[in-house]
Amino acid sequence: MVNAAYVVVALPLLGFAVNLAFGRRLGEPLAGWVGTAAATGSFVATLVTWVAMLGKPANMRVADLGIYNWVPVAGLHVSLGLLVDPLSLTMLLFVTGVSSVIHLYSVGYMHRDPGFDRFFIYLNLFLFSMVVLVLADNFLFSFVGWEGVGFCSYGLIGFWFQREVAAVAAKKAFITNRIGDVGFLVAILFIFFHFGSLNYSRVLGTLVGGHPTGLMAGAPGAIATSTATAITMLLFLGAVGKSAQIPLYIWLPDAMEGPTPISALIHAATMVTAGVYLMARIAPMLHYAPDTSWMIASVGAGSAFLAATIACAQDDIKKCLAYSTISQLGYMFMAEGAGDYTDGLFHMLTHAFFKALLFLAAGAVIHAMADRQDMKQMGGLARYMPLTAVTFICAWLAISGIVPFAGFWSKDAILDGVWQFNKVLWGIGAFTAGLTAYYMSRQVALVFLGRARWQEARPSLAAEPALSGGHEEGPGEGHPEPGLPAHPHGGEPHDATWTMSLPLVLLAIASVLGGGINFDAFGHFDFLSRFLAPIFPTATPVTVSTATKWALSLVTLAACLTGLALGLRTWVTAEHPSLEPAFLQRAWFYDEAVAATASGPLRSGASALAFVVDSRWVDGAVNGVAAALRASGRALRWVQTGYLRSYLIGMSLGLIAVLAYLTFRVGS
Amino acid sequence: MSVPGDWYLVLAAVLFGIGAAGLVVRRNILVMYMCIELMLNAVNLTFVTFSRMLDDLGGQDAVFFVLVVAAAEVVVGLGIIVAIYRRRAGATADDVNSLKG
Amino acid sequence: MSLFAATGLAVASAWAVYAVGTALILAGALAVVLLRNPVHCALGLVTTIFGIALMFIDQGAYFLAAVQVIVYAGAIVILFLFVIMLLGVDKKEPRAPANVRSLGPVAAGLGVVAVVELLVLARVHYWADGAKSTTAALSGPGADVQKLGQSIFTSYLLPFEMTSALLVIAVVAAVALVRRRGSSPPQPPAKKVGALRPSLPGQAATAPSAPPAHQTAAAASRGPAAASSPSERRAIG
Repeated sequence: MVNAAYVVVALPLLGFAVNLAFGRRLGEPLAGWVGTAAATGSFVATLVTWVAMLGKPANMRVADLGIYNWVPVAGLHVSLGLLVDPLSLTMLLFVTGVSSVIHLYSVGYMHRDPGFDRFFIYLNLFLFSMVVLVLADNFLFSFVGWEGVGFCSYGLIGFWFQREVAAVAAKKAFITNRIGDVGFLVAILFIFFHFGSLNYSRVLGTLVGGHPTGLMAGAPGAIATSTATAITMLLFLGAVGKSAQIPLYIWLPDAMEGPTPISALIHAATMVTAGVYLMARIAPMLHYAPDTSWMIASVGAGSAFLAATIACAQDDIKKCLAYSTISQLGYMFMAEGAGDYTDGLFHMLTHAFFKALLFLAAGAVIHAMADRQDMKQMGGLARYMPLTAVTFICAWLAISGIVPFAGFWSKDAILDGVWQFNKVLWGIGAFTAGLTAYYMSRQVALVFLGRARWQEARPSLAAEPALSGGHEEGPGEGHPEPGLPAHPHGGEPHDATWTMSLPLVLLAIASVLGGGINFDAFGHFDFLSRFLAPIFPTATPVTVSTATKWALSLVTLAACLTGLALGLRTWVTAEHPSLEPAFLQRAWFYDEAVAATASGPLRSGASALAFVVDSRWVDGAVNGVAAALRASGRALRWVQTGYLRSYLIGMSLGLIAVLAYLTFRVGS
Repeated sequence: MSVPGDWYLVLAAVLFGIGAAGLVVRRNILVMYMCIELMLNAVNLTFVTFSRMLDDLGGQDAVFFVLVVAAAEVVVGLGIIVAIYRRRAGATADDVNSLKG
Repeated sequence: MSLFAATGLAVASAWAVYAVGTALILAGALAVVLLRNPVHCALGLVTTIFGIALMFIDQGAYFLAAVQVIVYAGAIVILFLFVIMLLGVDKKEPRAPANVRSLGPVAAGLGVVAVVELLVLARVHYWADGAKSTTAALSGPGADVQKLGQSIFTSYLLPFEMTSALLVIAVVAAVALVRRRGSSPPQPPAKKVGALRPSLPGQAATAPSAPPAHQTAAAASRGPAAASSPSERRAIG
């Protein structure tokens, strides 16, 4: 029943079509249930496929299902096909699973929003694109999904497009993604040029009869280092754009303008992990490009550290989580750069659980706070929203890397691999782990503990001061109509409806128990590693001794606990401006630097090109040709005498000249 | 055996040259027209000669059509000349120079 | 290449025919170019035409020779003479006015150069390099009329039809060209034979912009439209 993979792809598309055609008529909440049903059905089909795959021996779990022969051009054969193997199954499981949960959450979150059906149209289309991206069996079909998620991200970030900030953020996301897409496209060209095919199995090798073939076999010299480096670098550029690493991360914080379920789904769990997936997919080629692996690991480490520092000074609850996402993605790339793909994917899984949970809980908080997102205006909500608080705390402990929550296991697995790769990067990773604990504790303290600052801020709702953090706050992510009451129910903040709370609970359970997926400390519970191992034969095995692993874990744990304690104690009271310097709040002035470059040198360069090169030189050349023609015409006018006889003499002269030429040619 | 074709070709070329020279020199429109007819005849002679030299019937076909077209052309040309002469008697080729650039 | 090298009556007679034909042709051509009276020029043209017909017979194109005499000498030159008589240009052509540069010497010089070049080329036999035809051979069984007819009505049918249409158009054009305003019958001639007074009221707008002489060689299909579109508009109205 591996063919259930077709259902995985078809159901979201069907949901999209149904909602597109009948969404307005179905209305709220039926359109939402249709979307959720499609997503859940997709998840069930994934489970079926997975179980079917498990029935096969470990090194034979690759199935190539074709749908349609798309481009049968001479030399280039691209088909729409699905590649079901452990990597795509892993991705699919958590993509469809988290997606179903978030669909359910959105039914409650988008209650009374006028664009309810449009939301679910986009959501299902997004799920379809993501599934295509993950399941495709060739680069081009994957790229279709890649672009699809980019487009849906644009549509969903700018969902409340009447707000100019949201529209601008959507554009920024799309354009930044585009820059990465250039890398992907050029890489596709390179791949086709070098391999003559775009199919994953043919380019990267596959398991045939249980044995790796092609690049997957890892034979030395199977591909020139320069070629592999070029292709992987370009693909990494694409990944950087999609997964918000340095230098293309600027779109992710702004993407928080979209509704919170979107932030949870797209910008925490699924779309931003597309880059991680891509790097894992091209693992066989990365084996031949050590330079690219270095770059991946370094960029990952740098992004992790940079984003963590910025997150320490953010006041917006969602922006803090956005930078946290960038930071955690950096960890995943660090792992992949170190050759430890399994652990990178493990962290991707656990991160999906706890980050989605964090975002969804933040959404519940925002709802309760009447769409305000400034953490400085919250506080003491643990009393009023116990369920949300408990789930948030589960996620907090997970992301902070506290044993035995999920994040501890995955982060430590990554850091073990990185220790083996490079000690400096490990140092950065460990320090960042401490920072992560610190800023997450800061968040927990500001939101759920301490004084209920929102009660004091309530009377002055209309006179909220301009907030630090470098972004407009005002009505938060609010609904476009003014005049909505300060609180949907006019009462005190409380836990959300079951449609929003059930997902929180589910994800909290996953965050707590998620470590069990790849638990290799005591005995052989490393399901994920064993599941993924056959398709990563070129991965670098982590040969750190158990004693070293224990030591490293203890060091990291200590760092995390320190950060945690510091954060909690310091931020129970909210007044510490010295700990929030401007350059951190303004994200190291990166956006400002980009804007200055664009409006300064870029603009003067562009205007030079437009007004000097184009207007004067090019137009001048073209007009000059016309002027030259006119002048020559005027000069030659004397030939037209109007007299027949002079024309005839001209003709005869020409004839004589031709005859003369013939004569001399014949004579000589 | 008859005269080799080259002689006919030279003759035709000379005839053509005379016709062209006459076209340039004479100013009476009708005489210029007759010089054009001389040139057409030279061409006809050339065609027939080549037809014989190359053993190809196409040359004679061409002459056939040239005759027809020359007849039609004479008709129209004379009509034009009559029209010109109606406007101004004694007009010569030099008087129709309004296409001067 | 001389007459004295080969013997035989056939050769001599071939050369004799050639000589006579050449004499006729060149005499006629020079008459056309040099004589002052247009009627004399027309007679020279007839002479040339007969010479050409002689050459055609000599080369085996009997039908074409007959057609040449009938059409050219019998129709075209007659037309010329009609027009000459009608327009009264049978008087001597006046000498060139002073302001027109005489191009006689120039033309003569160019002609000499051309002839010299031709003779050089003839000397080297740089003439017929073309490939022999695969469709219609001149030699072979059958009279040349039969072969010519077959060729025209099969391979060259389209040009044949087109030239037929061309003739019809030429006739229409000729009629259209010489119609006058108000389609009144032409005025009776004045005192001089064939002379027309340009001040007659019906002729003011005839051929307003006098078409250049080189348009006489234009295709007949353009005749009605080109030269006298005003007259055509008037006439067809």
